[in-house]
Amino acid sequence: MAAPVNGPGTDPRAAIAPGTAIPTRRGTELLLLGFAVLITLAAHLIIDITVTGSPGTELVTFGIWFSALWVVAHVVVRRFAPYADPLLLPCVAVLSGLGLSMIHRLDIAGTQLGGSSSASVDAPVQLVWATVGLVLFIAVLVIVRDHRALARFAYTLALIGLVLLALPAVLPNSEINGAKLWIRFGGFSIQPGEFAKICLIVFFAAYLVDKRDVLALASRRVLRLELPRGRDLGPVLLAWVASILVLVFERDLGSSLLLFGIFVVMLYVATERASWLVIGLLLFAGGAFVAYQLFSHVRVRVDTWLDPFAYADTGGYQVVQSLFSLGTGGLFGAGLGGGRPDQVPVAKSDFIAAAIGEELGLFGLVAMIVIYLVLVERGLRTSLVVRDGFGKLLAAGLAFSLAWQVFVVLGGVTGLLPLTGLTTPFLAYGGSSLVANFGLVALLVRISDAARRPAATAATTPPRLTDAPTEVVQP
Amino acid sequence: MNAPLRKVAISVLVLFTLLIVNVNVIQVLRADDLRADARNTRVLTEEYGRERGAIVVDGNEIASSVETDSTLRYQRTYANGPLYAAATGYYSVLFGNRGIERVENDVLRGTDDRLFGRRLADLFTGRDPSGGNVELTLDPAVQEAAMAGLAGHVGAVVALDPSTGAVLGLASTPTYDPGQLAGSDTTAVRAYAEQLDAMETDPRTNQAISERYPAGSIFKVVVAAAALASGDYTPETVVPAPQDYVLPGTSTDLQNFGNEPCSPSGEQPLIDALTISCNTAFAQLGIDLGEEAVREMAEAFGIDGERFEIPLTVQGSTIGDIESDAALGQTSIGQRDVALTPMQAAMIAAAVANDGDLMNPYLVESIQAPDLSVLDQTEPEQLSEPFSEEVADQLTAMMTNVVDEGTGRRARISGIEVAGKTGTAENAGPDHNWFIGFAPADDPSIAVAVFIRNGGGTGGDISAPIARSVIEAHLQGGG
Repeated sequence: MAAPVNGPGTDPRAAIAPGTAIPTRRGTELLLLGFAVLITLAAHLIIDITVTGSPGTELVTFGIWFSALWVVAHVVVRRFAPYADPLLLPCVAVLSGLGLSMIHRLDIAGTQLGGSSSASVDAPVQLVWATVGLVLFIAVLVIVRDHRALARFAYTLALIGLVLLALPAVLPNSEINGAKLWIRFGGFSIQPGEFAKICLIVFFAAYLVDKRDVLALASRRVLRLELPRGRDLGPVLLAWVASILVLVFERDLGSSLLLFGIFVVMLYVATERASWLVIGLLLFAGGAFVAYQLFSHVRVRVDTWLDPFAYADTGGYQVVQSLFSLGTGGLFGAGLGGGRPDQVPVAKSDFIAAAIGEELGLFGLVAMIVIYLVLVERGLRTSLVVRDGFGKLLAAGLAFSLAWQVFVVLGGVTGLLPLTGLTTPFLAYGGSSLVANFGLVALLVRISDAARRPAATAATTPPRLTDAPTEVVQP
Repeated sequence: MNAPLRKVAISVLVLFTLLIVNVNVIQVLRADDLRADARNTRVLTEEYGRERGAIVVDGNEIASSVETDSTLRYQRTYANGPLYAAATGYYSVLFGNRGIERVENDVLRGTDDRLFGRRLADLFTGRDPSGGNVELTLDPAVQEAAMAGLAGHVGAVVALDPSTGAVLGLASTPTYDPGQLAGSDTTAVRAYAEQLDAMETDPRTNQAISERYPAGSIFKVVVAAAALASGDYTPETVVPAPQDYVLPGTSTDLQNFGNEPCSPSGEQPLIDALTISCNTAFAQLGIDLGEEAVREMAEAFGIDGERFEIPLTVQGSTIGDIESDAALGQTSIGQRDVALTPMQAAMIAAAVANDGDLMNPYLVESIQAPDLSVLDQTEPEQLSEPFSEEVADQLTAMMTNVVDEGTGRRARISGIEVAGKTGTAENAGPDHNWFIGFAPADDPSIAVAVFIRNGGGTGGDISAPIARSVIEAHLQGGG
């Protein structure tokens, strides 16, 4: 992607002055990673024993492979991002471990019941995808030694992002379950939208840092709101049009909502103008209204969201089954292997949260949501601490994109929001999502490393002018 | 940029709190509704994934769960389905539960409180949870004789142990095979149900307890009991028994069966009036006793319009509103609004048989754990005491006479004294045919009611022989 930046200050060892060492907390990370691996293996064992009566033969292979993934990840972080936030990686590990266990559990249910068309063994495939994800994770950490370097490729990434976003709409044979978000080749398919998301966030961060002065300062005051000038509305309108196009041509409500939400929030963070939120909300409301009027698939989604039980046999089937799953789970859940999460359609991907809610109960599901919350808030914390504007905005964008995606997906699964085609990050079955999100976390790890690196280092090695933090003194 | 960042962080916290609150609502507040929703197939697969307890008669399982390799792990089978259908009911994926399968569902599926200790043990030992057994009071010989006798008719037989109230026989025809409603092949189950729907009388209707019919002359036992209990009458008391009786305040001429005179003199002893089932005598007797005495006695027998449970629900029997003496006259011979279930009819015989103590009828002998240890045993209990032992003896003598010399001759069994009363009830179609009775008269061990809908003959011709074979089956079985 980018050539390594061989600027001063990128060698961590030089940063640690004797006697004033700032703890890297890598030990904490390793301990927590061990804990995450332990939870995952215990879950696997419980599932095997509950459902089939004995530990599966693949448990040892899985255990070694899964543990190796995180040992490698840890070693790479230790070597290339020693000051990185120690909580990011363990959160990812426990989430993907939980996801793998649940997919494994649903694999067994599929083969046991027989006759089901969804009877396929997906957990090993997902483990391979996790490995590919790890390769991307390592690649990002090794290649991108300084996140600020990414800003230089902003427009290239924007182009790549848009192409990836538009690809499924153009290509034939891209439709699965009514949404065109796949590229298929050979035996497997990928969802380029997941990668497009990250490319676009990098672009947004670079663009907004560049333009934030003019977007923030040139304004007119109307009704106590600082409204931007008409011509400055350009970018937000462009993002809005892009998401509408995604909605129209790919029928992908989720990506559309996701991208627009991320952009508006990043705009708000960059400019510190709440008016952008209001404008965004108005544009969203307008777009939603028009989409509801024009597109039957949006109407169906909304109607089934308002009263899923009235459409229990048709459009609301998935949500209703998901609610049954969650309700049956109750407080404590049916126990791993004890429920019937396979009754929910696409339980391995879109509705994996329902499966967790059924078998681990309210406690398990809330714990899972809190782990996401920890991951997101650590990302936002990184954003607060990091010293350069681009890093701040990038970290905020990445962390918020995770939060927003989790909220939209879980909101859909639990009937709080209309269903979208988005997947639960790290947890759900699906290679593109898993690999892309590993890349996303790699960026967060990289920025958090920069954020926690001792300030002394930064002071002794003043950044070049082009990389200088673009803080603006507010009038 | 830090100020908006903090706001974003707080907003994320709010969004996630929303998620958590919503999940709480679903998994706690709405959990019970969602779990119990009929469209939640988990309930079904869970229920069919567990070994359901058996329904047992005389040590044999008449309904049991058999493990299969289909999606629903256990399949319900009925060893002698059509024979016991009136008691067992069915357990169907498509049509839900009926009969004992329904009323004892909690025991059979193992969720009853009495099985709590067992469930707890299952949890800790990792044993597959299974349901408890329900043992019925039925006597297989009685049940078989009843079903054989009813063959070809629409009707019912109820047999009780008069001293306890235990239901020895509960038969209803036409019958059906509950096993064919319990299958996992939904197409076949649906086809069988359609076949049952198409029949003139739905076999799933329990004629013995769910339907009530005009009682006809068997109700005369109630009126006779009221007369004897009043102290003003004995079996030898001579009552008016004219050929015709014009109901008071009307021009309606009430006649005897076949318009025959009851006696040449126009009057006869009460015992004779019952023996030949004299309509004019009993109409007048009822009017003389008054509505209150008749109604009180009927209610003491349990004929109070209220449904009750054995634990199957028995439709309430009634004598209706009686607006006038004319109506009381018709009521006294079991016509007008008198409507009894065969179960209620059997209870009348049982009360006489048990020296005037009416025992609460019950079909469930005991509840057993899966290891056959008894968790709960039904204790016989008295429902009411309509009359004294003396009146009971007098009624027994009168009813014995009915079988020995009167309309119930076809219920006679050589060597055993049988007491009984026939009934031939008029209705829109051919007459209904009743017989109630008990035996042996001196120490009754079985009380029985036989009902044939629209049999067209008399109770003595059609129902009495069925009662005889049921009684014989029971007495030969040594019961």
